[in-house]
Amino acid sequence: MKLRTLTLGLLSASALAFAAHAESITIATVNNGDMVRMQKLTDDFTAKNPDIQLNWVTLEENVLRERVTTDIATKGGQYDVMTIGTYEVPIWAKQSWLLPLDKLGDDYDTKDIIPAISGGLSVDGKLYAAPFYGESSFVMYRKDLMEKAGLTMPDAPTWDFIKQAADKMTDRANGVNGVCLRGKAGWGENMAFLTAMSNSFGARWFDENWKPQFDQPEWKNTLQFYVDLMKADGPEGASSNGFNENLALFQQGKCGMWIDATVAASFVSDPKNSTVADKVGYALAPDNGLGKRGNWLWAWSLAIPAGTQKAEAAEKFVSWATSKAYAELVASKEGWANAPPGTRSSLYANPEYQKAAPFAKMTLDSINAADPKQPTVKPVPYVGVQFVAIPEFQGLGTTVGQLFSAALAGQSSVDDALKQAQDAATAAMTEGGYIQ
Amino acid sequence: MARAVTPQHKTIATAAAWIVALLIFFPILYTVITSFKSEQEAIQGFNLFPSGTMESYSEVQAQSGYFKFFLNSVLLSVGSTILALLVAIPAAWSMAFSPTKRTKDILMWMLSTKMMPAVAVLFPIYLIFRDTGLLDSRIGLMIMLMLINLPIVVWMLYTYFREIPGEILEAARMDGASLWNEIVYVLTPMAVPGIASTMLLNIILAWNEAFWTIRLTTTEAAPLTAFISSFSSPQGLFWAKLSAASTLAIAPILIMGWFSQKQLVRGLTFGAVK
Amino acid sequence: MATQQTRSLARFMMAPSVVLLFVWMIVPLLFTLWFSFQQYNPLNPIRDGFVGFSNYALFYSNPAFLQSILNTLTIVVAVLLITVIGGIMLALLIDQPMWGQGIVRILVISPFFVMPPVAALVWKNMIMHPQYGVFADIARFFGGQPIDWFGQYPLTAIIIIVAWQWLPFATLILLTSLQSLDGEQKEAAEMDGAGFVSRFIYLTLPHMSRAITVVILIQTIFLLSVYAEILVTTNGGPGYASTNLPFLVYQKALLEFKIGQASAGGVIAVILANIVAFFAMRAVGKNLDK
Repeated sequence: MKLRTLTLGLLSASALAFAAHAESITIATVNNGDMVRMQKLTDDFTAKNPDIQLNWVTLEENVLRERVTTDIATKGGQYDVMTIGTYEVPIWAKQSWLLPLDKLGDDYDTKDIIPAISGGLSVDGKLYAAPFYGESSFVMYRKDLMEKAGLTMPDAPTWDFIKQAADKMTDRANGVNGVCLRGKAGWGENMAFLTAMSNSFGARWFDENWKPQFDQPEWKNTLQFYVDLMKADGPEGASSNGFNENLALFQQGKCGMWIDATVAASFVSDPKNSTVADKVGYALAPDNGLGKRGNWLWAWSLAIPAGTQKAEAAEKFVSWATSKAYAELVASKEGWANAPPGTRSSLYANPEYQKAAPFAKMTLDSINAADPKQPTVKPVPYVGVQFVAIPEFQGLGTTVGQLFSAALAGQSSVDDALKQAQDAATAAMTEGGYIQ
Repeated sequence: MARAVTPQHKTIATAAAWIVALLIFFPILYTVITSFKSEQEAIQGFNLFPSGTMESYSEVQAQSGYFKFFLNSVLLSVGSTILALLVAIPAAWSMAFSPTKRTKDILMWMLSTKMMPAVAVLFPIYLIFRDTGLLDSRIGLMIMLMLINLPIVVWMLYTYFREIPGEILEAARMDGASLWNEIVYVLTPMAVPGIASTMLLNIILAWNEAFWTIRLTTTEAAPLTAFISSFSSPQGLFWAKLSAASTLAIAPILIMGWFSQKQLVRGLTFGAVK
Repeated sequence: MATQQTRSLARFMMAPSVVLLFVWMIVPLLFTLWFSFQQYNPLNPIRDGFVGFSNYALFYSNPAFLQSILNTLTIVVAVLLITVIGGIMLALLIDQPMWGQGIVRILVISPFFVMPPVAALVWKNMIMHPQYGVFADIARFFGGQPIDWFGQYPLTAIIIIVAWQWLPFATLILLTSLQSLDGEQKEAAEMDGAGFVSRFIYLTLPHMSRAITVVILIQTIFLLSVYAEILVTTNGGPGYASTNLPFLVYQKALLEFKIGQASAGGVIAVILANIVAFFAMRAVGKNLDK
């Protein structure tokens, strides 16, 4: 008896000591709807892991990127889990700034992750970030306006068709713009769209020797087409429109078509916020018959910085947030349509999800149509569909984005913008040592 | 009344001043109004009469938990202000009462420390903060805010103290007042209004500082400027939520400013009035 | 003697703030100078090392550089003009006898309490937005085309926002100065039959010159480093149309992580600020010594 009491006492004492060692991990994330939802659902995680406490830092995308990049580059050690994208992962993994995720648990099923996505998050076969949600881009269009224009949207439209449809749908007297596209400058804003679009025009950022290609006719065709299309059929102030602005426009019935992230589908088809929820159709991103479509590939992912003291707890969290069980948790609380999309094949095989999300098949097809290793028609020395996975790209992409945004606003000509982009890119590549 | 004021004159002045004042105030007013709209209402054109829903506030609260950020804003702005006053009062005092040829130069030099763009020194400061363990600590940020605002505080106090006539001190001394009595009964009452107004201005500047307070914090020390950064452009409709978050971020300091504006204005002259 | 004693006491009292500010100035400045001669890019550390003046050369040869200097000065000058002239007019107006003067003053000073990112967000989304902003609503009401402020007039839009934030500060200081104007002097001038305009030019304006100087001096220091408003609204564009020097430094430091070039930009910004301050002091500084 005595011995048992003693053992019990020791056990409870060690349990207490354990509880006192409750770890708190700090998670940096973007303020997108899916992440905000994750934050609300953390009770499920803390119930399963009472010894881990979560601190959230939710920031706007640009500020978040600034903060986590500064912190990881200086080894500030402020975060245990970081939300980063497919752009950062390969660069940071090569710098050995991230821990490989090899202890995600037995039931995690890494093979279930869509290959295009896991490929973008792996370096040398090791997964360095777990995808929270993935996206490509596609065409969202108004079925009613398309019908009124006397046209039928094919599943895989061409740019010429988009132009023709946009011209017919535009009715500015009634506030309808044929097409809404991103115009706001930024490597993740207008350049994500334009780079993906340029792939379908056969353009590329650099040739095999890292020589910038903005002086080539493919880029001229891309930018000219874009500027003409937006002048004729785009909304007012397009040069400051990003994802959000266009989303609001589309939800208000002010766009005939909108080519943007596949995650937008769950917003525009949500009757609570969208006035056109029951009238939206989906199609693959357009092409020009060159064998590449103008869609991108992106995954917001959770990664663990190499400097963290709490790797184990952090990995437990990453595993929870990107697991199949998490999707089920969201489904049970808010319906299958709100499950984080674009990461797991099993989600797309799930009949309930297919029923709840009419855009499911088109999303998966779009994701599968993007190839980060072979993004465009001609060979390239870089990885990435709508970006170039080199550290210099954030700055360069944004500079070029500014120049193209000025061309859209009519403040400079297409030729000037391309020439300046070529100069900026050449300077950046020379400085970075890519061009000797 | 010394000057004859005709009723028309007064009516016109009133009308003109009110129109201008309301125009200047309008962006703030409209933000508050929009915060009581639903997201749908918020983008449906000009409308001064919202449905009065509190939806946005509850969502903002659910997402970010206002109180923690609010508390940090209060602690940081008040704390840094107290620090700044402790350092600045003696300096301003001696500059005002025993000025030398270089006093003015020192003042100008102090102001010139504000000329380096904050972002250019972010990396060095971040490294220093990392090595001293001050990242995401309230005390580190208080020191930072104190240093940023110190030149303004010194200058403002200096110009205020300079207006305290030196003869009074001498008179007090002649009457045999001890140094302690001199400070307590003569100087303090005269200096308090100036210190109060400096304090108010510094609290406002510290509350609204939006570079370091975002870059040097994560969770523990993050004030309302970080709070607002999580609402600036999320996916989906955000106008009403942004308005609610903005209202929450500026309301405390705005209300404080309104109630204390007399004290604030009294000292906010930087020696402009002689 | 006593003076000797007071003087050393004065030194002793001044020491903490002078030492603190000196450290606060010299440490970042030395770091910045040091980094400005280094290639330091934490994202791509392979080529890091001493590079002489090449950071300065690169910063200078940046196609946005000259425009950014011009934009910096434009913002400073335009905002100063608006706030000083607007502030004088507003101060004269508020100084008139009226009903509800207290509330008018409260309304007018309110923008000063708004933190810069919030001010920029509000103006961008509620007021100047080409679809949902109040300006667009007004334009449509009168049957016009809404103006795309940030696309067509980016610098003007930023100047408006910044001026809105600083107008209350200028107004307050000018108003206090105006109210300190001796009533008797005013009356005497009125008796002499001086009209409003000549009273303003010969009496009011000279009296306010000191206040105007203070407004210009303090605002210049803050206006030279305007940056949050640009980041939130135009991101420096379109093109380089609204990039100022602090924003260019920001781009180098936090977007490209070229700390060397950002440091060189910081040094250039300090030099520019000192030049501006020198001329500002030459132009208006004598008012301070009165």
